[in-house]
Amino acid sequence: MGLTGISLVLFLIVHAGINACVFADMADPEENGAMFNKAAHFMGSTVLIRITEIGLFAGIILHIVQGLLLTAENKKRRTVGYAVAYTAGSKWYSRSMGLLGTLILLFLIMHLYHFWASARFTGRGLEPVTYNGVEMHNMFGLMKATFSDWKVVIVYALGCLSLYYHLAHGFQSAFKTLGVHNKRYNAMLSSLGYGFSAVITIVFILMPLSFVLGWVG
Amino acid sequence: MEHYNMNLTVKVWRQKNSRAQGNFESYSVKNISSEMSFLEMIDVLNEELIVEGKEPIAFDHDCREGICGQCSMYINGKPHGPWQANTTCQLHMRAFKDGDTIVVEPWRSAAFPVIKDLMVDRSAFDRIVQAGGFVSVNTGNAVDGNSIPINKDAADASFAAAMCIGCGACVAACKNSSAMLFLSAKVAHLALLPQGDPERKSRVMNMVAQMDKEGFGACTNTGACEATCPKEISISNIARLNHEYLRAGLTAEK
Repeated sequence: MGLTGISLVLFLIVHAGINACVFADMADPEENGAMFNKAAHFMGSTVLIRITEIGLFAGIILHIVQGLLLTAENKKRRTVGYAVAYTAGSKWYSRSMGLLGTLILLFLIMHLYHFWASARFTGRGLEPVTYNGVEMHNMFGLMKATFSDWKVVIVYALGCLSLYYHLAHGFQSAFKTLGVHNKRYNAMLSSLGYGFSAVITIVFILMPLSFVLGWVG
Repeated sequence: MEHYNMNLTVKVWRQKNSRAQGNFESYSVKNISSEMSFLEMIDVLNEELIVEGKEPIAFDHDCREGICGQCSMYINGKPHGPWQANTTCQLHMRAFKDGDTIVVEPWRSAAFPVIKDLMVDRSAFDRIVQAGGFVSVNTGNAVDGNSIPINKDAADASFAAAMCIGCGACVAACKNSSAMLFLSAKVAHLALLPQGDPERKSRVMNMVAQMDKEGFGACTNTGACEATCPKEISISNIARLNHEYLRAGLTAEK
């Protein structure tokens, strides 16, 4: 759980970093998503990254399978439940990782349909765009079209919020599972965990929000 | 604090034996002193039940000083009741007020089957300790106490872990019924000392294997165990246990 979780955390950093290229539009009105489109084209057309993508999907599936097995095993350990639940000793999100993970998965299916499936297979809503003689997908345009609807933006924000709470527990828990027990590092990892969760969530939510509010595009 | 008397409703889990179906019974107890301990309140209730010709409530207790780990009641949704760093026997009735309803349940875990009413079988913990929670030494004259130098920080951390009284509140509090806080305390207090070093790897491997065999759940680091532990065993011991397990798994010869 911890190892696959950390590998997915590493992916989030790359994902947020690449997608933050859409904000280049704010500094240069002539830009019109060129930096983001080039970055997306690089990610889609580089063999090494496509191989890493297989690893990413394997990581996601493994993380889900581990989570399902863990939950199923742990559920069996208390056959008669309590009349009064003990909730004061732990955070609600620490107890709800399965639920939060399911919400993220549902969000992910929609998210993959919106962008990944379109870029790889269906080409739904994609226009070609040419920079320096290289033709590529106008992913920026697809983002702009997708995030023109407030309903989609709100669903994305809620998906990212689920991710925040999932990470708020998961980040620090992963390091405990891997055996980091040094007091100083534990305190550091705990603050880093909350900080990382917040920054990742804010950066992701800002993207659809920036499109719908017309800050970019 | 001012002394007062109170009338209470106590909802207790009653179960004839491990195979019987249990259910809650409500009892009213009157004129309970705020200076009584929780177990004394149950004693008063049991005396009344005996006078009425009813079966008294079975519960575990021994020292009533907060050091033996026998008392094991899950009171109003928390192992050992509402106070922090406290055992049931050291919970006093001033924690409650007149007219309160108190719900008392046994520890709930498949690895801790109910024997009767509020008593559960915690022998799984004994078998985990038997699997490796010891040091092997040659008998003979007692060695001088200071013959092996021990780092002060390690000694303190070891002692803090050794505070565990094996009551099982961690298992009762955990949503996964995990025994990791208990096991980690037992592993950590020996792993930190030179005396525990020769058996360090086999100890952690054997004790973890026994824990899994007993049917405890897996840890998800929610922290409920640490929050309810009467001896305030730190959850960082669990991370230390994971480290010990990883180290032994990668380097042990068998």
